[in-house]
Amino acid sequence: MKTGKLTALWGKFVPLLALIGLIVVVTVLNPAFIDPANIMNLLRQISINGLIAFGMTFVILTGGIDLSVGSILALTSALAAGMMVSGVDPIIAVIIGVILGAVFGAFNGLLIAKGKMAPFIVTLATMTIFRGLTLVYTEGKPITGLGDSYAFQLFGKGYFLGIPVPAVTMVIAFAALWFLLHKMSFGRKTYALGGNEKAALISGIKVDRVKVMIYSISGMMAALAGMILTSRLNSAQPTAGQAYEMDAIAAVVLGGTSLAGGKGRIAGTFIGVLIIGILNNGMNLLGISSFYQQVVKGVVILIAVLLDRKKS
Amino acid sequence: MHITMENIHKAFGANKVLEGVDFTLEPGEVHALMGENGAGKSTLMNILTGLFPQNEGKITIDGKQIQFKDSKEAERAGLAFIRQELNIWPQMTVLENLFIGREKRNAFGVLKEKEMKTLAEAIFSRLDISIPLDKEAGACSVGEQQMIEIAKALMLDAEVIIMDEPTAALTDREIEKLFKIMKELTASGVSLVYISHRMEEIFAICDRITVMRDGVSVATSFIKDTNFDEIVKQMVGRELEDRYPARNPKYGEVVMEVSGLTRKGVFEDISFSVKEGEILGVSGLMGAGRTEIMRAIFGLDGFDSGEVKIGGKPISIKNPACAANEGLAFITEDRKDEGLVLDFSIRENIALTNLKSFSPNGIVKNKDETAFVKLMVERLKIKTESQETPAGNLSGGNQQKVVIAKWVGTSPKVLIMDEPTRGIDVGAKREIYNLMNELTERGLAIIMVSSDLPEVLGMSDRILVIHEGKVSGELRSEEATQEKIMTFATGGN
Repeated sequence: MKTGKLTALWGKFVPLLALIGLIVVVTVLNPAFIDPANIMNLLRQISINGLIAFGMTFVILTGGIDLSVGSILALTSALAAGMMVSGVDPIIAVIIGVILGAVFGAFNGLLIAKGKMAPFIVTLATMTIFRGLTLVYTEGKPITGLGDSYAFQLFGKGYFLGIPVPAVTMVIAFAALWFLLHKMSFGRKTYALGGNEKAALISGIKVDRVKVMIYSISGMMAALAGMILTSRLNSAQPTAGQAYEMDAIAAVVLGGTSLAGGKGRIAGTFIGVLIIGILNNGMNLLGISSFYQQVVKGVVILIAVLLDRKKS
Repeated sequence: MHITMENIHKAFGANKVLEGVDFTLEPGEVHALMGENGAGKSTLMNILTGLFPQNEGKITIDGKQIQFKDSKEAERAGLAFIRQELNIWPQMTVLENLFIGREKRNAFGVLKEKEMKTLAEAIFSRLDISIPLDKEAGACSVGEQQMIEIAKALMLDAEVIIMDEPTAALTDREIEKLFKIMKELTASGVSLVYISHRMEEIFAICDRITVMRDGVSVATSFIKDTNFDEIVKQMVGRELEDRYPARNPKYGEVVMEVSGLTRKGVFEDISFSVKEGEILGVSGLMGAGRTEIMRAIFGLDGFDSGEVKIGGKPISIKNPACAANEGLAFITEDRKDEGLVLDFSIRENIALTNLKSFSPNGIVKNKDETAFVKLMVERLKIKTESQETPAGNLSGGNQQKVVIAKWVGTSPKVLIMDEPTRGIDVGAKREIYNLMNELTERGLAIIMVSSDLPEVLGMSDRILVIHEGKVSGELRSEEATQEKIMTFATGGN
């Protein structure tokens, strides 16, 4: 009994210890890493993956997967940029963009819940569809000339009390989703669905509705990340967000969430996001080629999952 | 094969599971192993078949001390263990299942289909089994799957076969067949260890019985020298009152009325009603459609026509959430697969059906939740140190109490219980029966689907018998007997 608790506790802290270890190693190798300017830079870099990964955590907790996040990011970015070019107020365009992300996510959710199709297949298909629509809409070219609204510029490039606005957005989103997952009945339903869908259904939980909402959250977070990217680049790129789903899934898994569903924490995902971000940032500082960076990232993911296996 | 296990001790960490068990097995006997859940029966058999070693004690086979390294080695020595969770690959054929891991191959690794078929046919005819070899195993009934497992054991030339609750999911006809096979096996010198909670079966088929309690073997006796009461006494360590508590039902209004409920090909024109304070037993053979009817009433599967009324008003049941809102509650027959989220704590499981009442605006009020769960844990006498214990760590009886607590907490009008005491030990059964009485005294109506005839007779006020998807008879408890129920259940009148 006692040893079981200890293992559980240990399991909880493995990602955190790995993060601390990584920070120490990178700092020793290049002290420039803990320079405040670099830390701020790092926080801005990870905000996009962070937002997507937080949404992905809900999806993976139910035992699902969302491969379409990168395409939703690109499509909502293009649509919002298009609106801005045609004179819509940028703030309104951003809000509509985020809502559209939720709608695209809900479309995934409906196909999965009502169509009884596997999440992998559905989101693989919509990943292609949304990407294709982006290319159609942008004619394959970047959308530029978004105007010079100060508020919109602030969204991707600004600072709030010295902290990059995207990082602030990420932290607010984290707090909100953490509350949703751990303090609200919706979170309980999410875990129940991942732990035993049949039991959840028989317990009177509207399983289909919860699923639609979860994919909707994932789409919404991807769109929010898309808005930040649009502001940072001051344009919409038709190929934006490609392979972003992979970094998000990696962060969720590194954070200790089980791909089988039912087990995991969004705080773990945050740590996973930080680990991936520090790996990228640290290896850049150390002058490691981006080719090797990919290899290292992959190896880290494998080790993390292996440790997770050992634990259980 | 002659097996002796002497003074076996086993602990997992600090948790002592076995504290001195003696067990012997003679060639050609059926030896019953009985005891409440958690008494250590499965652990003992796992040690015998090499899954893990004992901490203390010795095992001898035919006079020689042995210690199997793993279950493969035990298998080679002729010991087969047919577990409660059958080892069946549902997508593969019966033949493929029979030879899984031991396929007959030629020098190039190509499978020798013909030889395997001949071997399988020989075993099947010896056991008098007629399952097509090319049938998908998943499409076989649980009874047939059990037969496949037995055939597998025989192909290993097993001299000892251990069966853990083999009849839990079998129909009466399949049980009869299993017993016939068991008798043939013992006649040819095979010894059987029979783990079961069903007393009737043990008296019907076993030669000797060893009763275990709290990790100790209490007694071994010849079946002909013992009786029901003695065994129960050995098992629970005290005198047990009657198996079923007395019922003094006070009926109120008709609370639920089902009329003409039909799903094509599954059940047809099902009509019945149940009153406040009443226990309606639903009996019938496995596969008669009892569970399917209940699932339809609870909104899990649809139906083609018919109507369900609660308190005189027709209700629409699109999904279980609707049914629960109308005051229905459903305790399914498979608590692990459908009743519980095993990774969830007791608290989270019990709260799952009541989330709305603790989270009026979506935010879970932890204090209300904990207080409510505490109340339910006490009321149902769930044995646990804490609400935070994962449901998966509880014994079968306690798990069932958690499932019941989930639904009792919603204050339903009608409680549907499908096989409420399957796989549960005698003590926990009694507690569940008492609880059913307490609930009906408060005006709840209970529909109890059960394959356990004594239970149906002991607890029901009225009995509905289903045969091939239709109501074939209805009996008041005073007039009901096992024979009458079986006559209706098999389609006679």
